[in-house]
Amino acid sequence: MPTTTSRDQGPDLHTPLNAAPLTHGQLPRRAPQSVFLAALVAGIALLLSGWNVAAAAIVAGFGYAVVVYAWSRAVEGPRKATDRLVTAVVTGAFLLALIPLISVVFTVISKGAPRFDDQFFTYSMRGVVGEGGGAYHAIMGTLIITGLAALISVPIGLLTAIYLVEYGRGKLARAITFFVDVMTGIPSIVAGLFAYALFALIFGPGVRMGIMGAVALSVLMIPVVVRSTEEMLKIVPNELREAAYALAVPKWRTIVKVVLPTALAGIATGVTLAVARVIGETAPLLVTVGITSSDNFNPFDGRMATLPVFSYYQYVTPGVPPDPALNRAWTAALTLIIIVMVLNLAARLISRLFAPKTRG
Amino acid sequence: MAKRIEVKDLDIYYDKFLAVQGVSMTIQPRSITALIGPSGCGKSTFLRTLNRMHELVPNARVDGKIFMDDEDLYGPGVDPVSVRREIGMVFQRPNPFPTMSIYENVAAGLRLNSTRIKKADLDELVERSLRSANLWEEVKDRLNRPGSGLSGGQQQRLCIARAIAVQPGVLLMDEPCSALDPISTQAIEDLMLELKSDYTIVIVTHNMQQAARVSDVTGFFNLRGVGQPGELVEIDETTKIFSTPSNKATEDYISGRFG
Repeated sequence: MPTTTSRDQGPDLHTPLNAAPLTHGQLPRRAPQSVFLAALVAGIALLLSGWNVAAAAIVAGFGYAVVVYAWSRAVEGPRKATDRLVTAVVTGAFLLALIPLISVVFTVISKGAPRFDDQFFTYSMRGVVGEGGGAYHAIMGTLIITGLAALISVPIGLLTAIYLVEYGRGKLARAITFFVDVMTGIPSIVAGLFAYALFALIFGPGVRMGIMGAVALSVLMIPVVVRSTEEMLKIVPNELREAAYALAVPKWRTIVKVVLPTALAGIATGVTLAVARVIGETAPLLVTVGITSSDNFNPFDGRMATLPVFSYYQYVTPGVPPDPALNRAWTAALTLIIIVMVLNLAARLISRLFAPKTRG
Repeated sequence: MAKRIEVKDLDIYYDKFLAVQGVSMTIQPRSITALIGPSGCGKSTFLRTLNRMHELVPNARVDGKIFMDDEDLYGPGVDPVSVRREIGMVFQRPNPFPTMSIYENVAAGLRLNSTRIKKADLDELVERSLRSANLWEEVKDRLNRPGSGLSGGQQQRLCIARAIAVQPGVLLMDEPCSALDPISTQAIEDLMLELKSDYTIVIVTHNMQQAARVSDVTGFFNLRGVGQPGELVEIDETTKIFSTPSNKATEDYISGRFG
């Protein structure tokens, strides 16, 4: 028929060019797991035959990746094989990154546990030589100094961020943004020296006070607070500001009553994380606050103890025999980690509590 | 309560760019004026100059005069905040305050300004506003729930309730139905027709049927060309615009022959 012949002459548009089948081979469901088990067994065998842990793990890991890739390529084709290889590599990188974390947590817990007792949390180091003693004074010192640092940095950081997001235009705003970026990179010891130099100008050289440490820490904390608050304020939709303006609400009330409450969860989280960031600083406190073995909870008068510095001094000047001091150093480190973890959990809780609710 | 608005030879600028040129119109109280026209012709920009929201954009400014009953809105010493007290606005996308409950959203105009008002009076005002916005029956049992939990159409009616709770003389609506389904649109249109008895309403819409259904007067905005300022081509009784417009461009636009 003429119609069919004319269609036959034209290019065939109905069959796909690379007519690959929709089905292809598949590895058995438990294939990766079995290969992993085999690699694990091989690794343990190498370990028993005298290899060290790292070498055995590396060989086993490589073996797993190679076997899975080759097998999958033979059965499933190159795309699936690449997928499995990259999965293996990514998982391996993740495990590698996890090793230091687990190692630190394990070491600190195992070495800090022996002195993690009542006495550690209720006694200072006054008159303690050798056994016993505690870090009550250092824990309180850390809380007081970090609290003061937060008290200084939060208002400054918050107001700076509000200026940058809501008011800042032109040169001044650009300059502030630039200097906040520069401040983010200040080494902590420099912050400490700055605070020392500042107070030495007023009180003379050799001065040591808790408030100096708080000032040094706030130099480190302010840029973090500014940055996180700025990001949080920026993501408040402009529509909400316009809605408030359209209700004849002045700008400052819009900021205080609409923008800040909307961003509160993020701001609170950012502040908590900034506190967690500076609470473990050692260097600036070393040069500004120093250390003492007795209770001193007055940040405006003389040396105070703080957990990081306490830990440092217990470690570098242990005395004879050294063990009690070293134990105290580890327990102080453990306490610090626990405080930071509690702060991080608090940040999550805060962000959940303050987050704008969509469903009631 | 409803106010009359008179615009005289208004030019609207973004920095040096002339966005809208030479608009003059009179908006009668207790009527609905619809502004139609292609995208980018400056309808929304014009609407935002009526309650001085335009100047929130950095370097934006206007030339010309706008009178509300006999007060010059752009006169020296006029506080934009007090202008916005008299001229409320409803936006394209419903934007209830996410941190506030339904009740607080409606009360926001007073609460945010810390206006002193008795709890009972505020309750009554919230109920009256929600009733006017045809939302009361749907939300009266959950006034303390977050406003963002409502459906899109309900949120938009909540925003209208919020706007009329401060009892403005004029209500501006910037494409209030474009994010809504036909049923919610119907609800908002019915609401506009009811509100007409108390307010002066100006609505920007892309939906010409909507303009024909609800408005008394229709203004057609158009661009002279790419990069040229927008202008008000024609403004007249809605029935006349949609049957016998005097301008060729208007006729082309409403009959769909445009562009």
